[in-house]
Amino acid sequence: MTTALNCEQVAKKITRALPGAVVAADKAAVVVTSKSLYQVAEFLKNTPAFDFDYLTNLTAVDYMDYFEVIYHLISLKHNHSLVLKTRCRDRDKPVVPSVVSLWRSADFQEREIYDLMGIAFEGHPNLKRLLLWEGFVGHPLRRDYL
Amino acid sequence: MAIKTEPFILNIGPQHPSTHGVFRMRVTLDGEVVVDLEPVIGYLHRGIEKLGEARTYTQIIPLTDRLDYVASMTNNLAYVLAVEKLAGIEIPERGEYLRIIMAETMRISSHLMAVGFFLNDLGAMMTPVLYMWREREKLLDLYEMVCGQRLTYNYMRIGGVSHDVPEEFLPALKKWVAEMPRFIDEYDQLLSQNEILLARTKGVCILPRETAINIAASGPVLRASGVKWDLRKADPYSIYDRFDFEIPVGSVGDNYDRYWVRMQEMRQSVRILEQAIAQLPEGEVCAKVPQLLRPPVGEVYGHIEAPKGELGFYLVSDNSIAPYRFHIRPPTLINLTALKDMVIGWKVADLIITFGSIDVCLGEIDR
Repeated sequence: MTTALNCEQVAKKITRALPGAVVAADKAAVVVTSKSLYQVAEFLKNTPAFDFDYLTNLTAVDYMDYFEVIYHLISLKHNHSLVLKTRCRDRDKPVVPSVVSLWRSADFQEREIYDLMGIAFEGHPNLKRLLLWEGFVGHPLRRDYL
Repeated sequence: MAIKTEPFILNIGPQHPSTHGVFRMRVTLDGEVVVDLEPVIGYLHRGIEKLGEARTYTQIIPLTDRLDYVASMTNNLAYVLAVEKLAGIEIPERGEYLRIIMAETMRISSHLMAVGFFLNDLGAMMTPVLYMWREREKLLDLYEMVCGQRLTYNYMRIGGVSHDVPEEFLPALKKWVAEMPRFIDEYDQLLSQNEILLARTKGVCILPRETAINIAASGPVLRASGVKWDLRKADPYSIYDRFDFEIPVGSVGDNYDRYWVRMQEMRQSVRILEQAIAQLPEGEVCAKVPQLLRPPVGEVYGHIEAPKGELGFYLVSDNSIAPYRFHIRPPTLINLTALKDMVIGWKVADLIITFGSIDVCLGEIDR
């Protein structure tokens, strides 16, 4: 059985290593600032106690006030999981750092979010639309589209 | 005088028999050798995630049929399990068992198609496929018996399955399950030691273990690379903890291993089916669930081991009758990330069979 890690304890460990990174932590997820996202992801991947080697799912939700980008991480070695989130409030030009250099599974998924939700991933090697065609106007998965 | 050569770009697809749907590859070739590859997708994009936001939780079930249409009921299962996790619904025992029976027959049906078309891509034009389809056809007859459909079943419901199976279903299924091991032996004898198959697939287009994990490959593609990871064992859902079965694991991660893992998984699915049929209890098949379900505010990520890999559903509820956000994690889209790694340095003919060995379904890649 995959154990979901206690997010509050994980948040404490992240804060010890990277002060100011964690915004909030509840039962479901750890929320970090978008500025420190890459460092937190690197920390979670390379710390032996966490060893999150498998980024299984990456998606985004439009809450109108802000966008939330959600990372579902699994460690195949320890068989535990964690939900990492980050938020960005800028509706016109939302930007989140890319994690493709850590987990290549983010490649298509970040492109999909860029395509359908309009969030740019800084540092992505090939950021362009995935499902819709070049020249399509708008981002259909935003709540204010249609 | 030396002849001047330069790489050229070849466009394969979107309409091409070897692309298993509408899939396009921009391949840069040096003679016959692949030097770069870029998959181009989206030709079948129907915006299922957006459509889901305007439908009730039950109305989404038929949409999930249209993802991986080779294993529709597995998609139903993944979705209803996620909703049940979100709303905290208990399922009657018989419903659970019927779901397992459907999911495992679907796995065999999908693998039969995968192996058949893999050989088709290899040049064994249509003959192996017809051998596989002989058995798959009987399965489709069984599904037709249950819900009147042969492709998009819409059989699962939130809380169980839509109705009990008819009287004639179980005897027919038992007969099929009893016969199947013999047919898998037959496929093995015909194919597994075939000289051409070995020459074309052994050591070809290897996906190393580390790369497989880093790109979050799942299903047979991950296991062929030697990673023992199957959600039915690693994170058991439904009632999989009650069954006794093995996880076949490949050693090298070449095309042969991906073929071999699927063949072995069919045998394990038959084992699960035998146990599920023997344990199948009587009783209700569906829990009482309100027509307009309003799950509590919250979010859930539910994932299952679909035939092609980890199929996940991420749902956000705002306590209304439709999900606020409905996201699908399609296994083959993410497995497709590995294609470029696998084929660089190999020839075009190897590219075609490697693409077949990933076993993609464009319905779920494009959504």
